[in-house]
Amino acid sequence: MPNEREKKKRLPLADMLKTWEFTIFMLLIAVFVINLILSPDLFRVANLFDATLTFTEKSILTLPMALLIISGVIDISVASISAMSGVILGVCYKAGMAIGYATVIGLAVGLSAGLLNGVIITRLKIPSIVVTLAMMLFYRGVGYILLGDTAVRDLPQRFGLLGGAYSSTFIPIQFMIFILLAVIFGFLLHRTRFGRLIYIVGNNENTARYSGVRVDRIRLILCGVTGLIAGLSGILLTSRIGSARPDIAQGNEMAVITICLLGGVYIFGGKGSIIGVVIAALMIGYVHYGLSILNVQEQVIRIFTGGLLIIALLIPTIASRFRASVKHRRGGS
Amino acid sequence: MNSRSYKSRLRELVRRREFGIFIIIVIVMVLVGLRNPIFFTGDNWKDMLMYASILAFISIGQMMTIVTGGIDLSVGSVVALSGMSVGIIMRDNPALPPVVLILLGTVFGLGCGIINGLLIGKGKVHPLITTLATMSIYRGLVVVVSRSRWVVYGDITKGFKLIARGNILGINNLMFAALIIAVVSYYFLNHTRKGREIYAYGDHQEAAKFVGINSTRINILVYALSGMLAGFGGVLWVSRVHTAQANTALGYEMQTIASCVIGGVSIFGGVGSVFGVLLGTLLFGIILNSLELIGIVDFWKLSVQGFIILVAVIFDAVLSHRVAEQMRKQRRVFDAE
Amino acid sequence: MEHLLTLERITKIFTGTLALSDVDFDLRQGEIHALVGENGAGKSTLIKIITGIYQPDGGQMTLEGRRVVFPDARASYDHGIAAIYQEASLFEDLSIAENIYMGHQEIRPVTRNIRWGALYRKAGEFIKSLEVNLNPRALVKSLSIAEKQLVEIIKALSADAKILIMDEPTASLTKEEIDYLFRIARKLREEGTGIIFISHRLEEVFDIADRVTVIRDGKKVGTVPKDKLKVEELVRMMVGKDLKTLYPKEEVEIGEPVLRIENLSRHGEFDKVSFELKKGEILGMAGLVGAGRTEVARTIFGVENPEGGRIFLEGKQVRIENPRQAMELGIAYLSESRGEYGLVLQLDITQNITIPILKRFSRFGWINRTDERDTAKRFYDLLDIRATGIQQKVGSLSGGNQQKVSLAKWLAANAKILILDEPTKGIDIATKAAVHKLMSDLAGEGKAILMISSEIPEIIGMSDRIIVMNEGRLVSEITRREATQEIVLTAALGEKGK
Repeated sequence: MPNEREKKKRLPLADMLKTWEFTIFMLLIAVFVINLILSPDLFRVANLFDATLTFTEKSILTLPMALLIISGVIDISVASISAMSGVILGVCYKAGMAIGYATVIGLAVGLSAGLLNGVIITRLKIPSIVVTLAMMLFYRGVGYILLGDTAVRDLPQRFGLLGGAYSSTFIPIQFMIFILLAVIFGFLLHRTRFGRLIYIVGNNENTARYSGVRVDRIRLILCGVTGLIAGLSGILLTSRIGSARPDIAQGNEMAVITICLLGGVYIFGGKGSIIGVVIAALMIGYVHYGLSILNVQEQVIRIFTGGLLIIALLIPTIASRFRASVKHRRGGS
Repeated sequence: MNSRSYKSRLRELVRRREFGIFIIIVIVMVLVGLRNPIFFTGDNWKDMLMYASILAFISIGQMMTIVTGGIDLSVGSVVALSGMSVGIIMRDNPALPPVVLILLGTVFGLGCGIINGLLIGKGKVHPLITTLATMSIYRGLVVVVSRSRWVVYGDITKGFKLIARGNILGINNLMFAALIIAVVSYYFLNHTRKGREIYAYGDHQEAAKFVGINSTRINILVYALSGMLAGFGGVLWVSRVHTAQANTALGYEMQTIASCVIGGVSIFGGVGSVFGVLLGTLLFGIILNSLELIGIVDFWKLSVQGFIILVAVIFDAVLSHRVAEQMRKQRRVFDAE
Repeated sequence: MEHLLTLERITKIFTGTLALSDVDFDLRQGEIHALVGENGAGKSTLIKIITGIYQPDGGQMTLEGRRVVFPDARASYDHGIAAIYQEASLFEDLSIAENIYMGHQEIRPVTRNIRWGALYRKAGEFIKSLEVNLNPRALVKSLSIAEKQLVEIIKALSADAKILIMDEPTASLTKEEIDYLFRIARKLREEGTGIIFISHRLEEVFDIADRVTVIRDGKKVGTVPKDKLKVEELVRMMVGKDLKTLYPKEEVEIGEPVLRIENLSRHGEFDKVSFELKKGEILGMAGLVGAGRTEVARTIFGVENPEGGRIFLEGKQVRIENPRQAMELGIAYLSESRGEYGLVLQLDITQNITIPILKRFSRFGWINRTDERDTAKRFYDLLDIRATGIQQKVGSLSGGNQQKVSLAKWLAANAKILILDEPTKGIDIATKAAVHKLMSDLAGEGKAILMISSEIPEIIGMSDRIIVMNEGRLVSEITRREATQEIVLTAALGEKGK
């Protein structure tokens, strides 16, 4: 008897959750159509992909960030890690290192920075948000200490290909990397043991611990991966703009978190899917593209991102109010 | 008996965190003073205290949000938005008396704070993420309202400059404002029911419900106050530095958080004092000032700030862990047999 | 006698489960009205409706002839209703005095500031008038569990309420403290206060109550004056069936010791605890709330590490540093808060059962879902879990079925030693019997079970042997044959010389 009751009440909720990805997919299409109207050039396939270029560095970062948030941790130092990796790459190159090695060093820097976050968060049991807030300043500062307000400009052309070049005919390498990573992270989250453990840890850390799950190790790994990809993101950005500078990627952490939440990742962990995040990333990417066609300033675009973030956050509250009122009406009748 | 209670009071004092900060302040002062005697000159102190004054009262607003278990990342942007708005109004109406401008700026800040409070209190959105978003929004609005035309030195009226330069009772206005706000906040937080409810709510939200504390109202209150103080601070800021730009007070939220954390405000909520925050601000101000005096370049500032916050947070976590362990061991004493 | 409070047809629904259904209740002036029922019967929910923490989905409340609706706890407080809650509801970083008067501190008329001096003085005097030894300036976080419970009581008494609700106020108190509490309750009754008293211990109910209302599975069974009530009758009303079927413990052959604890200690929690657990045995662990039982269990399971003493498994000394190692050694721990420590409510039955054994279905990290489902289904059937299927979310199951899922999880992991902490807390009577039956069967299959329970009938009904803890020490060991309610309770309360 109670089960039947349950079923009746659960169905609309389940449907809504199922259609969340669908909803943002429709939004994506809407954004896309508006962009087409604004700039019919987008019809050419090449332009279609060009439009993604400015945004792929952030999109890549949404993937590990989604996993991290689902596991119940957040990292708001990612943008600073990106900048630091880019700068260190530049500094290494300037010091005479081959660009290939410099790139590897840049990636290693990202990985270590992420792991350092992870160690502090898991060992000292300090909320990740506070730790990474401090680290956000710290890592950003490292870039400035190394370069001041200068930049490393004459990076080799070969390196520039990474961020700007096309693989076969028209698909940018960056975009290929994004799709490849999306597939890897998608399978990792949805099909493997590790992915399942991420959901378990994110939903209930205590139960996970009491069931023998190595909670800290999982989170540490995810912090490391996030740092690594943040490093990659910073390197791609450095490659695209052609110089290593300490002030790149400002505010990227917010864009990345916004995309995750819009994609259906639950801010307190335990819920979310890669497909949702990918759709949200493309959507936000095209919103930015559209706004930049209209010559809207970067600062002002951030108003949109912030507004979207708030809307994404309000959705669960509004949905639960709505459900409550539906339930109330049903209970009353 | 009297002397014993005096002793125990002394011991109590020494055990308090504020005392520790005080000692560190003295040590830092001595070290920096030895390196660079300029440190002890009156001009340097005035400069530093003027800077620390604005930081102090905005940090007090920040403290209230942290005590409830939240945080307000938007204060830096609110400072900029209020400062820019007031600057533009002044540019367009140079005849407006400074008092009106101060009020306007404070009201702008209050408005920003209420929006934060409504989103957090009524919308039940995580404070950090909410204010991360409004931080961007308010910062973006600075560009929008100014149409990218900054307020420059020539736009500042004489009367407006006097806000920061003037004195009341021989004390610089900024310091006077900070002092008044500190006293009022202390009174509010420690001697009114609402103030105590803020601590109770931050201590145990579930139990707060049991005694009928309204979480929505508490949240709106603290974010409104934090925004209001930041708005007020914005006016003083522009009066002090004579410009308002898109990047005015960029990253300032971190300094307020640092002051709080250094001053013993627990990031887990429920614990924090106005006095502690004042000392925290002072220490932070002295450290920033010392960096310059010792000759450390500007570019180090960010990292040093991050490092200070991190150290304070880790110190706090380790300390509270140890206190909890100690409490456990005292809870039940087994006599040796 | 005048009617103080009348509740009519109160109904409350929690996400699909009917917590209370058409419950009537009334309280007169100057009476102590006991509210009894098994765990999860709905007593606490009813209390929280009276105090305004929950709002009923149906029914109405009348206070002194006037209809009332309480939107929050303060509204009910303002109407003269105070409560001692079961769970800790104190502010740890605030002083005792502040906790007592939070929200209604005395303030000066114009400036509206709190009169701190008066507050501490008043608190001090009030505490003294109750003949309790507590410093009103002490921070709550420095108190012991029993002291915190006393503060809860003082806080409720300070309200000078017309109606005082006591939700299991005695669970962590010693005999002396209970006597003291009862003296106060009787005095208040004489002064005309209406008291609602909740307790698991029926002897307390008989000791102090004037009338008794029984609730079972969210419904009212009846209200009876105490004089016309016998213990057996009350138990039947509470349980709804014969005691034998509720505690279907069968005799099984008891084997070799599998777990031996020697002088296990943790500062401030428990001291030199030693016992043995044998194959096929159900060892009951009795004691007051806060006696240190859960702490011992958590230490054996590796959640906390011992600060003294040794643990032996099948004669070999082991070091257990974390739950993972405990699990690998075949030890399982079912916490009393299933939702917090035992299950992932948002995931389905399959995903919960396989948490500890995911590796078994994975090749290079890839989960073989068919294998996973097959295993889950096997234990789902074995434990007779009632749900729409193994894909149902655990959060939407009843308490009893949730408990079965947590058991299934550990059985699938092949645990040999089961530590069950309050295994039937919050479970309806029918499923409770089923869980007991399951425990008996598991013991029959050779599992060793350590059962922590605050329900003495459950301890007596299910255990082969009983150990009792008091104030962090193991004080008594009682065989199944000699165990009676009185003996166990006396040991748990720590009365000396008896």
